[in-house]
Amino acid sequence: MRSLRFIIPLLLFAVIGLFLYKGLSNDPRKIPSPLVDKPAPAFSLPVLGADGRAWGPEEMRGKVWLLNIWGSWCAACQIEHPLFNQIASAGSLPLVGLAWKDDPAASTRWLERLGNPYTVVISDRAGRTAIDYGVYGAPESFLIDKRGVIRFKQTGPFSAEIIRDQLMPLVRKLEAEPGA
Amino acid sequence: MSVELGHFALAVALALGLALGVLPLVGAQRHDARLMAVAQPAAMAQFVAIVIAFATLIAAFVNNDFSVALVASHSNTDLPTELRVAASWGSHEGSMLLWSLMLSGWTCAVAAFSRTLSSVLRARILGVLGLVSVGFLLFLLFTSNPFERLLPAAAQGRDLNPLLQDPGMVFHPPLLYMGYVGLSVAFAFAVAGLIGGRFDAAWARWARPWTTVAWCFLTLGIALGSFWAYYELGWGGWWFWDPVENASFMPWLVATALIHSLAVAEKRGAFRSWTVLLAILGFSLSLVGTFLVRSGVLTSVHAFATDPARGVFILAFLVIVIGGSLILFAWRAPTIGAGNSFAPISRESMLLANNILLVVAMAAVMLGTLYPLVLDTLGLGKISVGPPYFEAVFFPVMAPALFLIAVGPLARWKRSELPPLVTRLRWAFAISVVSALLAPLAAAAAGVDGPAWRPLTSLGLAFGFWIIAGVVVAVTDSLRTPGRRFALAHAGSRARMQPASVWGMHLAHLGMGAFVVGVTLVNSYQISTELRAEVGHTIELGDYRLHFTGLDHVTGPNYDSDRGHFEVRDASGKLIAELHPEKRVYRASGQPMTEAAIDRSLLRDIYVSMGEPLGGTVWAIRAHIKPFVNWIWLGCVMMAAGGFLAVADKRYRRRLAQRESRAVASARA
Amino acid sequence: MSDQPASVPVDEERLKALSEELRCLVCQNQSLADSSAELAGDLRDEVREQMASGRSDDEIKEFLVARYGDFVLFKPPLKQTTWALWAGPFALLGAGAGAWWLVQRRQRLANDAGRSTGAPAGPADKAGSDTAGPAVDPAEAAREKARRLLD
Repeated sequence: MRSLRFIIPLLLFAVIGLFLYKGLSNDPRKIPSPLVDKPAPAFSLPVLGADGRAWGPEEMRGKVWLLNIWGSWCAACQIEHPLFNQIASAGSLPLVGLAWKDDPAASTRWLERLGNPYTVVISDRAGRTAIDYGVYGAPESFLIDKRGVIRFKQTGPFSAEIIRDQLMPLVRKLEAEPGA
Repeated sequence: MSVELGHFALAVALALGLALGVLPLVGAQRHDARLMAVAQPAAMAQFVAIVIAFATLIAAFVNNDFSVALVASHSNTDLPTELRVAASWGSHEGSMLLWSLMLSGWTCAVAAFSRTLSSVLRARILGVLGLVSVGFLLFLLFTSNPFERLLPAAAQGRDLNPLLQDPGMVFHPPLLYMGYVGLSVAFAFAVAGLIGGRFDAAWARWARPWTTVAWCFLTLGIALGSFWAYYELGWGGWWFWDPVENASFMPWLVATALIHSLAVAEKRGAFRSWTVLLAILGFSLSLVGTFLVRSGVLTSVHAFATDPARGVFILAFLVIVIGGSLILFAWRAPTIGAGNSFAPISRESMLLANNILLVVAMAAVMLGTLYPLVLDTLGLGKISVGPPYFEAVFFPVMAPALFLIAVGPLARWKRSELPPLVTRLRWAFAISVVSALLAPLAAAAAGVDGPAWRPLTSLGLAFGFWIIAGVVVAVTDSLRTPGRRFALAHAGSRARMQPASVWGMHLAHLGMGAFVVGVTLVNSYQISTELRAEVGHTIELGDYRLHFTGLDHVTGPNYDSDRGHFEVRDASGKLIAELHPEKRVYRASGQPMTEAAIDRSLLRDIYVSMGEPLGGTVWAIRAHIKPFVNWIWLGCVMMAAGGFLAVADKRYRRRLAQRESRAVASARA
Repeated sequence: MSDQPASVPVDEERLKALSEELRCLVCQNQSLADSSAELAGDLRDEVREQMASGRSDDEIKEFLVARYGDFVLFKPPLKQTTWALWAGPFALLGAGAGAWWLVQRRQRLANDAGRSTGAPAGPADKAGSDTAGPAVDPAEAAREKARRLLD
């Protein structure tokens, strides 16, 4: 009976090994957003190229829309941008671009080169609004419903699969919900 | 030498490893002398093969052969030659090859220095080491081939990570790996012992020096890593409780427990199954550390480029090695047998407490390191466990162990009495308490700037001085002829009577005391400032004035830098030092690096580093005064020196002792 | 390193202490105080402004946790999911002390039972052993005695 003690180290190792194995499929860098199902923080930011006109998320009340954080300096943003162009031409979801910590001239040139799928582009040069949204890298996107509540956050670039399998079904579901 | 030769040599090494791993173990079971005799030559041949492999890789780096993928991604023609050599182990693949080289080296050393071991035990030990090497070589050849070609060859390399372009970083991995891999010898001893069922004092005596040497290297490797981080990373920190740092600290804690446990196993035959478990645990933690760094399971500043496929392989290897040895332990440990008994107050009971405390400390570090992973896996969210946690938790656990350092060496084996111990230590206690209370007062009186007195300062100093005073008590007691008063004339001869292992112990413990004092003083009295400074500006820091006298441009071999010039003067205006910190930008990668400038002394470091340029001659500058910070690393060096001294004990050099006695006998004849 | 280190005057010691408790989210395991990443600079500026507007350390931490989750704190908050983390080391210490006491008790009982060698004397809970092992051979015992005298 006493010799059962000698099995304890083996059992402990088995438990630790199991966690290490599960850990391999985790991504320790992905931080889940605590803002999902919370109201999207209000802000007032200048519109790109419109000489000081301010814009805030309340202007999208009653619509389901996507807030996309990007920058001309961001390499990964170029991966998802063609997908946004497709969404814009299909008219399936209004997109609002937030140029994060970006030089407005560079942002404008980037959009001219790669296409502008956004209904409006706003500029957050100081990065404070991004902090309010818990942004820690680009690109990130927030799906916001008719009542201004964040319902989905995408960290990193979209892929066609994520748009098809996760984003669009949710958009359709939210469209069916009553507005504010 | 083309790297294909190296690749071939690795394959040969694998074959030799298989021979080494299988044949001697079979031979030992069957008492077949021929099969067992395969071990020694196989070990040596494998070492030669891996040396050849490594040599071809180094040659590729030195000759700027950019058709080798590793050279193209980690080197550059502008990289100085000595750094090109170091770049060969600056990548995951290269460092794994270094691991294999060291493992093979240790195996070879065991093969060479084990003539006095029974052939069965030796065959088993070498066999186990051979099997471990097979695992590493398979990993190398199938997932991490350092000899992969890049075709077409690159015109220029991407340069070695600037963080690694430094002498400290050159020596840190080899020293560390010598330690990690050295623990495999104790592991092999343990497994060989479990297979054979023999754990007499001879087993412990053979295992002890190997384990101590591995521990010394591990101590030096960790200390060098810390020392490097301090001057290279630019903000004066020296330990961050980063997962990879913890991954090296956990085996160190267990190795420390192991060398103490082996002492009991050798002298008193007690703790045998516990010692075996510790030996398995030590090397297991080395392997787990390897896994953590390379699999992407945890984020760390140290992490190599991660690849989950590699992670799976290493994990499988871990399961086989650790799981296998623990199964063997569970099965065979009941046959190990108990040793001699001991009283509640005795050196054994104190070493038992030391062991338990060190293992609890290791478990605490492991808990903190793996907890985020556990929560994430269970879907319970993502948290961070950082220095605030470890500091809160580690010191309470270690404190009793620190206390025992002074008491243990004074306690007798088997049975000791408490009153004599108290009497002998009363002065040590008084000194530690008084100095702990006085030092902060003295510092305040001397007008030393810095945070107000904290209880932790006095506590830390108390422990540090307690340890140092305890060593002094033990040393003076041993220099005194028993029953008589201390006499200097006799002290010399008494000193020579003490074996080297005892002096080694005292030196190592003294190092620990110095370490504790250094950590306490630096944490309590360090001063930092971070501000924008312009040429001509003077920064005031504590008792010192730093004049920012100039700024210039330097073109290095593979970098361009902005160098600042500072004159450090004390309160009276006397010039103490001239410091020239740099902000380098490495051309090939565009990566910036801070080269701090430090004026070092035993009493304090004055540390200046350049932050960001703010336009014109204005820069963000970080400056620190770090009192007694060098005691931290000096303490570690003393610990390692103590270990090496202990290993040099004549007891282990049986041949030498025999030769000497024979010489004396023949001289008399 | 903030771009305007002295732009908004706050207690720098307090800022540094708080920054050391907060994690730089885009770095590999660095604190806000140590990191030179841009986001870290932005977050330090945010913390600085909030300090200047009179918020307490706890309020600032709450602000960041509301946006980034517990991940941003280097000192894990004491919650249902983390009590094992905080209590663990002390529980282990208690278990270790218990194990030490148990070993002593077994030793004492064995000593009371008889003076024979080979009395059960295994250490710690993980690897206790109570079967008497093979007798230590006499030559070994003599050598042991000699060595012990030397120590």
